[in-house]
Amino acid sequence: MPKVVIKYIKDKRKEINEAWMRKMAEELPEFPNYRAPNQNLSNANDNFVDVIYTYLLNIENTDDVRDFIKKIMKLEVPINYLSIGLQVFRRVVMEVIKRSEKDPENLLELYEHTDRVVEPIFNQLIKDTTETWERTISIQKSELLELSAPLIPILDRISVMPLVGTIDTERAKLIMENLLQGVIDHHAEVVLIDITGVPVVDTMVAHHIIQASEAVRLVGSKCILVGIRPEIAQTIVNLGIELDQFPTKSSLQRGIEEALKITERKVITITEGNGKQ
Amino acid sequence: MIMETRSSVPINNEWDIVQARQLGRQISREMGFGHVDQARITTAISELARNIYLYANNGEITIEPIVNLGKKGLKITSRDKGPGIKDIRLVMQDGYTTSGGLGAGLPGVKRLMDIFKIDSTLEKGTNIVAIKWLR
Repeated sequence: MPKVVIKYIKDKRKEINEAWMRKMAEELPEFPNYRAPNQNLSNANDNFVDVIYTYLLNIENTDDVRDFIKKIMKLEVPINYLSIGLQVFRRVVMEVIKRSEKDPENLLELYEHTDRVVEPIFNQLIKDTTETWERTISIQKSELLELSAPLIPILDRISVMPLVGTIDTERAKLIMENLLQGVIDHHAEVVLIDITGVPVVDTMVAHHIIQASEAVRLVGSKCILVGIRPEIAQTIVNLGIELDQFPTKSSLQRGIEEALKITERKVITITEGNGKQ
Repeated sequence: MIMETRSSVPINNEWDIVQARQLGRQISREMGFGHVDQARITTAISELARNIYLYANNGEITIEPIVNLGKKGLKITSRDKGPGIKDIRLVMQDGYTTSGGLGAGLPGVKRLMDIFKIDSTLEKGTNIVAIKWLR
């Protein structure tokens, strides 16, 4: 197994280290000046090679690549520094071997072994970083979805769904589900859909809103579309989308007034010190 | 801004649609289009990009400022190598849809923009050019 290679790496530590620093400066001109967060310069670079060494020298008893990668990731250096760093490390080790090993057959075998030493680190590095990203993205995605179609009961029998941002197919589905569930849970008679924060209302968005309101009508409640900005109103007309079956109001405030009227209530001003109305 | 700037957005998924229209909004704003025309342009891009995504799976939206006889305008080109459109007259009719939508997409784009040209070959793809003049 690659023990011979590890012995090389161990014995020529100083040489490898220096060659690595030199080569890195060639590959990445900005590298010698790179400063990892909370670390001084030489520290960061030394650490990278140190961590590789700690791993390689203990490979026989632990061979836990994951632990090693965790340590590397803690250095908080950009991922391309790590991948280039590893590649340069491999090349430097191969050069060191080439200088002392003259038998071509042995040399080829040692090259292969060097690959086998570096490859698992490389694979694990890529696997771990992509997994971290994928996890972050999926967490953010689910958090975004939770926030994307909230139905808020504002008054007895009246709820509001404020929509902010782009509506895609996935979100449109969620809007429909939350509307229907919310109408039933909150006993809403009127639901106001506020599209003030929706940047573009194209035929697809309009189609989804029309469908959602039709579904709300089927469960016995009423939908009012509010927050249609003037430019959106014009594009809707240009597109030829017919919203005549659909009550609309310019603002959320007008919508609430209308909703109160539908539920046979109104807002009155109580004048202080005047008993009569 | 240099008038030769030309920007393309490849359309491969739903998020590319958002990217295409954000670019359209940015360029039209920089060119001095008003709020309403900005909304018209972004909506038109949205429709064209969505058609690519829905019917051809992938394609490209190109947005470029143009000058014609001293008139400034924004040209949107939608290109795909999708199945093509069998009967262009039919898809330009309001309410015609093959995807269960509203069927207002292409005729809508035509009304939103000043110039609208469509060119489609079955099995080869569709090419749409739409221009909005700056008033």
